[in-house]
Amino acid sequence: MPILTYREALNEALSEEMERDDRVMLMGEEVAEYDGAYKVSKGLLKKFGPKRIIDTPISETGFTGLAIGAAMYGLRPVVEYMTWSFSLVCYDQIVNNAAQVRYMSGGQLSVPIVFRGSSGGGLQVGATHSHTPENWYANVPALTVITPAFPDDAKGLLKSAIRSNNPVCFLENEKLYGYKDEVPEGEHLTEIGKAKVRREGSDLTIVSNSGSTHRALNAAKILEAEGISVEVIDLRTIKPLDFATIAASVVKTNRLLIVEENKPFAGWGAQVAYQVQRELFDDLDAPVHRLTSLDVPQPYNGRLEQYVLPNEERVVAAVKEVLA
Amino acid sequence: MPAADPAVKNAKTNTSSRLPELQPAQKIELFRQMVQIRHFEEKAKQGFLSGKIKGFCHLYNGQEAVAVGSISVLNEDDAVITAYRDHAHALARGSDANACMAELFGKITGCSRGKGGSMHFFDVKKHFYGGHGIVGGQIPLGTGLAYAQKYLGTNRVTLAYMGDGAINQGAVHEAMNLAALWKLPIIYIIENNEYSMGTSIARSSAGDPLTKRAGAFDMAAIQANGMDIDDVRAKTFEAVSLARTESQPTLMEIKTYRYLGHSMSDPGTYRSKDEIETRRKNDPIEIYKARLLEQKIATEESLNAIDEEALAQAQAAYDFAEASPEPELETVYEDIWTPEDQIPEFQPNHR
Repeated sequence: MPILTYREALNEALSEEMERDDRVMLMGEEVAEYDGAYKVSKGLLKKFGPKRIIDTPISETGFTGLAIGAAMYGLRPVVEYMTWSFSLVCYDQIVNNAAQVRYMSGGQLSVPIVFRGSSGGGLQVGATHSHTPENWYANVPALTVITPAFPDDAKGLLKSAIRSNNPVCFLENEKLYGYKDEVPEGEHLTEIGKAKVRREGSDLTIVSNSGSTHRALNAAKILEAEGISVEVIDLRTIKPLDFATIAASVVKTNRLLIVEENKPFAGWGAQVAYQVQRELFDDLDAPVHRLTSLDVPQPYNGRLEQYVLPNEERVVAAVKEVLA
Repeated sequence: MPAADPAVKNAKTNTSSRLPELQPAQKIELFRQMVQIRHFEEKAKQGFLSGKIKGFCHLYNGQEAVAVGSISVLNEDDAVITAYRDHAHALARGSDANACMAELFGKITGCSRGKGGSMHFFDVKKHFYGGHGIVGGQIPLGTGLAYAQKYLGTNRVTLAYMGDGAINQGAVHEAMNLAALWKLPIIYIIENNEYSMGTSIARSSAGDPLTKRAGAFDMAAIQANGMDIDDVRAKTFEAVSLARTESQPTLMEIKTYRYLGHSMSDPGTYRSKDEIETRRKNDPIEIYKARLLEQKIATEESLNAIDEEALAQAQAAYDFAEASPEPELETVYEDIWTPEDQIPEFQPNHR
């Protein structure tokens, strides 16, 4: 199986879907002539031309709303945000229009659209550029929220997202663009709404997503050397939440740690913790623990930022706390 | 209100660059539409005051010539999108008055199945794309409709309406920049009724006239007298022709006046009764009525008969809405997701 970077896997998904359906087009800042701020759209302008790979002005509200309108009229746009942090500029368009126009019209309209781009912290780009906003969007009814952690899922989930007839928020991770792994060639669709056990274990379950899945896996390796067996579930889709996969694991290990990069208050992990205590109370041998970023704006300084993020050392310590 | 007279339909599918002279029957149809809207709004007012219509209810009285005149120069498959003062645009696009009134009552028979309310009318079969509640938020959407019309090679155009208050929203300027940059077949229509809610235009908007906002984008701009339906038609037709033949956008400012409050909850403290009374003397329906009489196209009696018919239609819509059933509670879970056909295994669970 070919080894691709996360970035190349996304590029392959875009390219294959655009070849398959000429209603699919990509729009965003620097996606065409610049080949993409993170090179996800590299080579696509040459392949598909300026009608379908469209450089926009720095005007998130304008081009997001335009793409939603085009989706209402039958196109299947993919909108790239240079970073999801910039989606705050057009939050109204995503929430009020993409997510709600079908409901408000009594089902007359469809909005087949994918909003995608980089997200997450750890690259010392400061508070305005380091948001991890999956829980903000997951709070909006009718939005599907996807956060792939590995190249194969990046490809398979983006292809599925483009084929969805509903609005999808697809949050990539800036730190993972260069991550390499096996990716199936050609038609490879990953089911939306299904989590994946990325590492099997018996002492404790970690539920995580995106960059935090890698932190969890690294921590699990460290803990293995100490004789602690950790199961790691990568959520992949935040909403709809695959509770069945979480439940099957918790019933087996009886201990749960949630690792998410969101700030602590009302992050998606709070929802998971709620559902686990509500439905699996008798299966728990210890209180559910939840590790998040610290409740502060993202600092620029590298040492401070690593301290804010749910890094491996904090994961290891949290696992031991739950097992104590 | 589908046009019964074939001549009216022909006028609507005209693609030449000159606005054709209307036949008498077509002129009477325009009058009928304006009167229909006036009576519909009066009935809506009655429904609101008697507690049957809830939420926000923004009425169109005084502005009828704007929606009726501008939509009358479109083809039936051109797109229309507007803000929350939207009843007239739906009716002028041919939406069923019963379904519109039922929507105000929140009934399942409403044009948005009781989920939209006054501000969120939709009738996509009639190419009416809403009914939008956030000031200026519909303007990027309308620009996207025009984008798709061009992308798909339809030769259709979009009319995107906004109030004068919307012109100070960033979304509007971002959308106008994109339309000018990418040469999109769209006509932005500012319905300038002089007040954004209770704030007069002099207190909200620097730069007069508002059409100057188009200059920065090298966009065509045109003003029209919204109290004169013939002027609205002539100017809109120019803009529509530019959009259809050259794929170029236009910003229109149509000067009008609303007689009633911003919504039904308006205390009316920001303007005088004298001002409203003076402006009511310049009524678009009365002006057009006088013109039809002067041109001997109609008689006082025949126009009164149309008025009575429109009143009866509004009453029938009211009765229909009142008699319609409430939505079943289960419908709250409907209309969230479009069924998936390319990834059928994905069935989002939202309960």
